[in-house]
Amino acid sequence: MEKEMTSEERKAYNAARKKLEAERKPTIGLQFKRHAWKHIIAIAVAIYAVFPLLYIFSASLNEGGTLTGSNSLFATIGIGNYADLFDNPQKPFANWFVNTLIVSGSTAIGSVFLSALAAYAFSRMRFKGRRAGLLTLILVQMFPQLLALVAIYALLSEIGQVFPWMGTGTHLGLILVYLGGALGANTYLMYGFFNTIPKELDEAAKIDGATHTQIFYGMILRLAAPILAVIGLLSFIGTSSDFLLANIILIKPEDKTLAVGLYSYVSDQFNQEWTVFAAGAVIAATPIVGLFLYLQRYIVSGLIGGAVKG
Amino acid sequence: MSVSTKEKKTKTKALDDGGTPSLLGTVIKLILLGILAAGMLFAIMILIGNGSYFVAGLATLVTLVILFIYLRRGMLPAKYMIPGLIFMMIFQVYVAVYSGYIAFTNYGGGHIGSKSGAIEIMALTGQERVPESPELTIKILQSSDEIGMLALITQDDGVKAWEFGTNDSILSPEKVSGTFEEPVVDGYKILNFSEVVANQDAITQLKIPAGDEYPSAYVLTKDGSYAYFYQPTLAYDPETDTVTRVTDGMVFTDNADGNFQSATGEKLFPGWRADVGFANFIKAFTDERIRGPFLGVTLWTFAFAILSVLTTFAMGLGLALLFNDKTFRGRKIYRVAMILPYAFPGFLSAMIWRSMFNEKYGFINQVILGGVDIPWLSDAWLAKLAILFVNFWLGFPYMFLIVLGALQAIPEELMESAKIDGATPWQQLRLIKLPLLLVSVAPLLVTSFAFNFNNFTLIYLLTGGGPKNIDAGLNAGHTDILITLVYKLAFNAGEGSDFGLASAFSILIFFVVGTISYLGFRRSRTLEDMN
Repeated sequence: MEKEMTSEERKAYNAARKKLEAERKPTIGLQFKRHAWKHIIAIAVAIYAVFPLLYIFSASLNEGGTLTGSNSLFATIGIGNYADLFDNPQKPFANWFVNTLIVSGSTAIGSVFLSALAAYAFSRMRFKGRRAGLLTLILVQMFPQLLALVAIYALLSEIGQVFPWMGTGTHLGLILVYLGGALGANTYLMYGFFNTIPKELDEAAKIDGATHTQIFYGMILRLAAPILAVIGLLSFIGTSSDFLLANIILIKPEDKTLAVGLYSYVSDQFNQEWTVFAAGAVIAATPIVGLFLYLQRYIVSGLIGGAVKG
Repeated sequence: MSVSTKEKKTKTKALDDGGTPSLLGTVIKLILLGILAAGMLFAIMILIGNGSYFVAGLATLVTLVILFIYLRRGMLPAKYMIPGLIFMMIFQVYVAVYSGYIAFTNYGGGHIGSKSGAIEIMALTGQERVPESPELTIKILQSSDEIGMLALITQDDGVKAWEFGTNDSILSPEKVSGTFEEPVVDGYKILNFSEVVANQDAITQLKIPAGDEYPSAYVLTKDGSYAYFYQPTLAYDPETDTVTRVTDGMVFTDNADGNFQSATGEKLFPGWRADVGFANFIKAFTDERIRGPFLGVTLWTFAFAILSVLTTFAMGLGLALLFNDKTFRGRKIYRVAMILPYAFPGFLSAMIWRSMFNEKYGFINQVILGGVDIPWLSDAWLAKLAILFVNFWLGFPYMFLIVLGALQAIPEELMESAKIDGATPWQQLRLIKLPLLLVSVAPLLVTSFAFNFNNFTLIYLLTGGGPKNIDAGLNAGHTDILITLVYKLAFNAGEGSDFGLASAFSILIFFVVGTISYLGFRRSRTLEDMN
């Protein structure tokens, strides 16, 4: 580049380069000094965010401990609480875990499928009442299903009198209720994503003789798979966090979900089994937190699109 | 030219109709429809068998519509919408309408079933020993599938003889053979003492119709050795539609509000579901001891939702501005730490904070504040503060994430040119970043408001709505929001659940949420996006 350079020019060039490099790549100490106040704030916020989770993790390792005993963090370490958790027939944690997987898993898969079907119609077809339909979806989305809790309970107990296998007290009944909220919650979001898949692809496929089902299952669903997975995951997390409907619909202890079951550990005033609850909380939360952090980037894009996590 | 246009049109139309279906697709479709039709037919037959003709008719209609749509060509949009629509119509739209109906009834504890059901229950529950009736010596018998009773009854001729009965058949001597000392009933075996003890529960539930001598009475036993004649204390007369109490002759008439009521105002329970008009709404607005708490709960619901959104948004914005700086090292690690509260399941967080706020043993009082006794969850104002504090912890990571995302979407050239034009950092923030940010974040703020407006999980699991408001005429606490109030009215045992009043509150909340969301979304661009 610089074929002929006088020594002065070279000096000036080197100085400038050094200065630039210093700006670009400061030492860690210098870097920290420059951003010191930012680091202080960030560390404070990080501690605030993390300490309740550290606290519960510490409590879960504190064998046979009470609430008071859990106050000194990581004083004792043992896995007795985890063993106790799976050894209590009145509070069958393993059942709750499986129930939560079944109910939330079916709901997540079902609701992604139902809303993908509707979103495909809204995104790819032009029909009478399409605009009105989209508006209705947004309207319905505004009215949380929870508000109709009395009617949901009454309806399910009436259904249960005729078909006991899908009334109150059954997982199927609960799943059906959750699926009722599927269209309102996810369709609009998915509609937005389907719109970003170029329509020319459909046209090309059609000309090659593909049917609408082949386009939907073979093309749209595959292209949208990452976002469908994220919506499914958020739906899973939201459903597994629901306390209200699960609490009024499920009756027997062994049928309950984690949210309802674990509440029975803390609802009494004295928190006698606090550290066992802590172990349950750690087991219940770990897979969800792990997935969340693993899929962080995709989840954030889903959130900005308007998805809701319970 | 016109011909080619027409050809083109038909061709496009054929494409829109979905092209020619494959054989495999058609077979799968027919199998699925067959399964659906068979299942529905089964369900409809059960419904008819139960006498639910209206529901059966509705189910038939829906099945026919589904079959019609899927079996003929075209109507493609409908084919894709129907599965989700059916669920939405039943569990979101219908239940909302049904809430509206329940709001005009007295449905709730004491008014659950139908009138005939209530009469039946009254006949079963109130009972007394028939005056001057004899004590019976009995033996308990068991067959392979039921328990019966042999009772020594004085016959018309004054001679005592064994009579046999079960829950389904009245006492009679017909089936009894054998001798007086050793009576025999075919297929039944007389139980000895230890067997009687082993079957105690089934025996105390025996309820054998007494037969001619005491027409409305039945025979009950407590110990398997002696039995007595009992009769219902309340007698229903279908002709006058009144209930008479046998003991004192008091007459109760239908009061049109779901109860039999005497002239002195005494009500018989259970009652039944009856339409009560606007009574629940009138109660909500005029009863001083309900209106006051209801208003308080409504105000707190708004305060809670608005403050939650504002505080978390302010924090999220501040953090996002701090972190949207590429020269800031270590931001990825900080970021992971900061979104942990959001990744952690919300229901667990609420339970954990509940214990951390425990007045005597909790982490906050004992460790952070060094051993004080601050009643975080049992003082009306401190509990509100605690809730806002916890929701702040739960919510700021979400705001941080969405604001950061929106900030990163602002084109850098825009900020560069602002700098070149000499805008101060404050001006850049106020005049460029914030307005652009709000455009994309505003709909999410509305959603967040609506979410917190009905944030049942947080409130119920953290404080249970408490501390209880002792002045209130209904089960309302100082931190209850509308949705927890509705829940407690409807489902909290021991307080007399009132589905009707709870639904009336739901309907009022429907209107509030609807109005606010409509106003919020109208101001944002969501509705303009659709084309």
